[in-house]
Amino acid sequence: MSTLVLDASTDPILERRRRVQSAATASLARRKLASRVALGVCWLALAIAVVPLVAVIAYVVTKGLPAWSSDFFVHSTVPEGVPGGGIFNAIAGTLVIGAVATGATVPFGVACGLFLAESEGRLAAAVRFVADVMTGMPSITVGIFGYIAIVLTTGSYSGLAGAFAIGIIMLPIVTRAAETAIRGVPVTVSEAGFALGARRSTVARRVVLPTALPGVITGVLLAIARGVGETAPLLFTIFGSQYLEWNPTQPMDAIPFVVYTNSSQPYPDLVQIAWGAALLLVAAVLVLNIGSRLLAAWLRRERA
Amino acid sequence: MTIDPEVATGGGTVTADPRTTGAQSTDTVMRLEDVTVRFGGRPAVRDVSFDVRTDAITALIGPSGSGKTTLLRALNRMHDNTRSASVTGSVRLGETDVYASSTDATLVRSRVGMVFQRPNPFPTMSIYENAVAGLRFNGIRKKSLLDEAAESALVAAALWDSVRDRLKAHASTLSGGEQQRLCIARALAVEPEVLLMDEPTSALDPVATSRIEELVGELKSRVTIVIVTHNMQQAQRVSDDCAFLLMAADRCGELVEFGPTDVLFTHPRDTRTLDYVNGRFG
Amino acid sequence: MTTATVTGTGGRRVAGRRRSVLSDRAYRGGLAACVLLFVALVGWFVVAIVIQARPAFSTLGFSWIFQKTWDPTHNHFGLLPAILGTLETTAIAMVLAVPIGLGTALSLAYLIPVRLRPPLSTAVELLAAVPSVVYGLWGLIALAPIWRSTVEPFLSSVLGWTSLFNGPNSGNGLLLAGCILFVMVLPTMVAISRDVLAVVPVEQVEGAMALGATRWQTLRKVVLRDARTGILGAFTLATGRALGETVAVALVIGNSPYLAHSLKSTAVTIPALIVNSFGEATGTFRSALFGAALVLLVIGMVVNSVARLLVRRTARTGVASVAVA
Repeated sequence: MSTLVLDASTDPILERRRRVQSAATASLARRKLASRVALGVCWLALAIAVVPLVAVIAYVVTKGLPAWSSDFFVHSTVPEGVPGGGIFNAIAGTLVIGAVATGATVPFGVACGLFLAESEGRLAAAVRFVADVMTGMPSITVGIFGYIAIVLTTGSYSGLAGAFAIGIIMLPIVTRAAETAIRGVPVTVSEAGFALGARRSTVARRVVLPTALPGVITGVLLAIARGVGETAPLLFTIFGSQYLEWNPTQPMDAIPFVVYTNSSQPYPDLVQIAWGAALLLVAAVLVLNIGSRLLAAWLRRERA
Repeated sequence: MTIDPEVATGGGTVTADPRTTGAQSTDTVMRLEDVTVRFGGRPAVRDVSFDVRTDAITALIGPSGSGKTTLLRALNRMHDNTRSASVTGSVRLGETDVYASSTDATLVRSRVGMVFQRPNPFPTMSIYENAVAGLRFNGIRKKSLLDEAAESALVAAALWDSVRDRLKAHASTLSGGEQQRLCIARALAVEPEVLLMDEPTSALDPVATSRIEELVGELKSRVTIVIVTHNMQQAQRVSDDCAFLLMAADRCGELVEFGPTDVLFTHPRDTRTLDYVNGRFG
Repeated sequence: MTTATVTGTGGRRVAGRRRSVLSDRAYRGGLAACVLLFVALVGWFVVAIVIQARPAFSTLGFSWIFQKTWDPTHNHFGLLPAILGTLETTAIAMVLAVPIGLGTALSLAYLIPVRLRPPLSTAVELLAAVPSVVYGLWGLIALAPIWRSTVEPFLSSVLGWTSLFNGPNSGNGLLLAGCILFVMVLPTMVAISRDVLAVVPVEQVEGAMALGATRWQTLRKVVLRDARTGILGAFTLATGRALGETVAVALVIGNSPYLAHSLKSTAVTIPALIVNSFGEATGTFRSALFGAALVLLVIGMVVNSVARLLVRRTARTGVASVAVA
């Protein structure tokens, strides 16, 4: 390109332009190589990451599926060597613990979430922070707390102690999820309630919560998925049991518990059961997570 | 290299533009021929041909959806990042075929700069770092060169006086208009041959807008400008040449007319152009 | 009823409807009580463990936490091997997780085809939800044999000149536990990092490219810089998870309460130590275990608090963000 400007050779702009272009061209090969190498490293990282993660899922599925028989789901634990054993007692235990924990946590958590959603002060900020920190606490410490709070005071291991510990894990998750869901309710909705002269508790109960319900359920499902998968809290609270037990005040078994205790046994039968239980656990957690996502997506579509 | 006026305006009368005589050249810095941009096979803008005059301001005007921004982004190969996009036709920057396989896109972008609709200074960088970011990307390290270029660019963007004492401050401390001028300075520091501007004032208040329009007029002597604007008055105030694009019935943009601005706005060849500039639609 | 005057959006000042105001206050009071109960619960959590640990501190002082010998039969409760084991396994996990996790996150956010991004990102988040006991089982049954037969001999032959690989191939130990932890925290690290990287505004990326930057220059100078706080938060959250992990580590670390002298030797972490000894422990021994739990609690609180201060700035909004820990 040429211009008709007469003093082209001393034009500072053209001089600078030449300098930039020569630097750009000179460095181009190096920059492109660096880019290619760096991006290659990223792809390599992806490839490396995929291997163990896929391996875990593959192993769980291929080793766990053979364990899934009708016996597996219907029968309770039997001693080593006896055929036809299953984990029905563990399934029952998980159901009981999950139900008790959820039943206690959801109302409590929703109430706390409601408070947080309606408050802006420093107390609310502090509680929010505490809840967030609690979601990451080592679960063994929660199990120990359950031991101290329930097992020591009642004198025995029980499903209740397990539910207490699992509840502590679930509570901050439900609280924050409820707060987020309630904050997501447009303020016009609650204003409409107030404009009709309703009390705050009525507005909350009849207007805000029903609208926030799908969001809350989304969070509760995730909390349940997290709660039923935890093992360490159970190790200190439920003691485990070979027998089918529906009474929460008694020691009982649970699915993650079975996986843990059977995995280090020298008997292949029991290890097989561990794989089957692990597969069941993974399946349950995946179903809850996927269900929660589908619900969240439906919610986004409805609100848009 | 001179332009055949017939080719530049597609035939028709051309009034002698006083700005093209004397020191102002009639050279072409960028030539488009039958440029078509497709997304996933469907054309968004097609068969655009015109020449961009050196050190002039060329405006792309037209109602929304007419493909102005799509066409602009084809000039510095920004569509390379969109996998479904394909650009056919020819874009020549001086002697270089912009879309040749032997042409490197990053080099093209160092010669054809871009200023975006919403100011986008790098938030983690200071004002100085923003100004020299382009130079650093292109391999220039020496502090004295960077300092000189930063000052020159910030002066050209009419920002130097207000930021000279706080070059280390974060870019986010600037107002919207100042941020946009920082983005202009950042683009200018690389000394491109062409500066593409995609509706640079549409996100700004009227005062900032008029200051940037003033700036654009002043920058003309330093760099060729191609500016997309949906504001006809702005195009009339600021540009030397105008390309009017319109969306056809099949939702693909087309070049209706190209020519010197005053011609386009006073006695255009096409009735659609006449309607648009008289505000009858768009 | 007299006329109702509704003021503002709260609608609380309703003249004449005294019953309504009282019930509003009761409602707010009830909710506040729940929240205070929540805080009290957390407080009880900490206090309960402190109380149970007190006997150990009053009998043994404070220095036992940093002593080397763990020998309950002779009333030696040096926690140092467990502390070091915890730190070492976590360090191994994070040394692997940061580069591989960050590289994977960059790939998922910017390199892989756009159509593949949503499903793969979802897959990673689902993997982050897999319970840790599953990783422990996999590590013990699937990985440990390969470790003993292939990996450890290989590492010893190639890197044996460093004294990091002395000792027998036992198929369990520090390195194996660290690698299991790595696999476990990888999805968390990738998921959060990816989220943070993906929300860097596209205008920033385009702005850099328009100046003539290569892809890597853009990623390094603009994207990673923008996302650095969130990535640090991801790192801290993942570290917190690794530090507190019990079952995945306890199954493969060998649980020998001595200071590890090589990457192949068996070792112990604080959670593994507690889990293995808790059943038979009485008296001071048990109290010492509670003390160990207290140490873990403090570490957990500090790391998680730091993490949450960093992660707050990410754009990960919505319900799903709170369940990842």
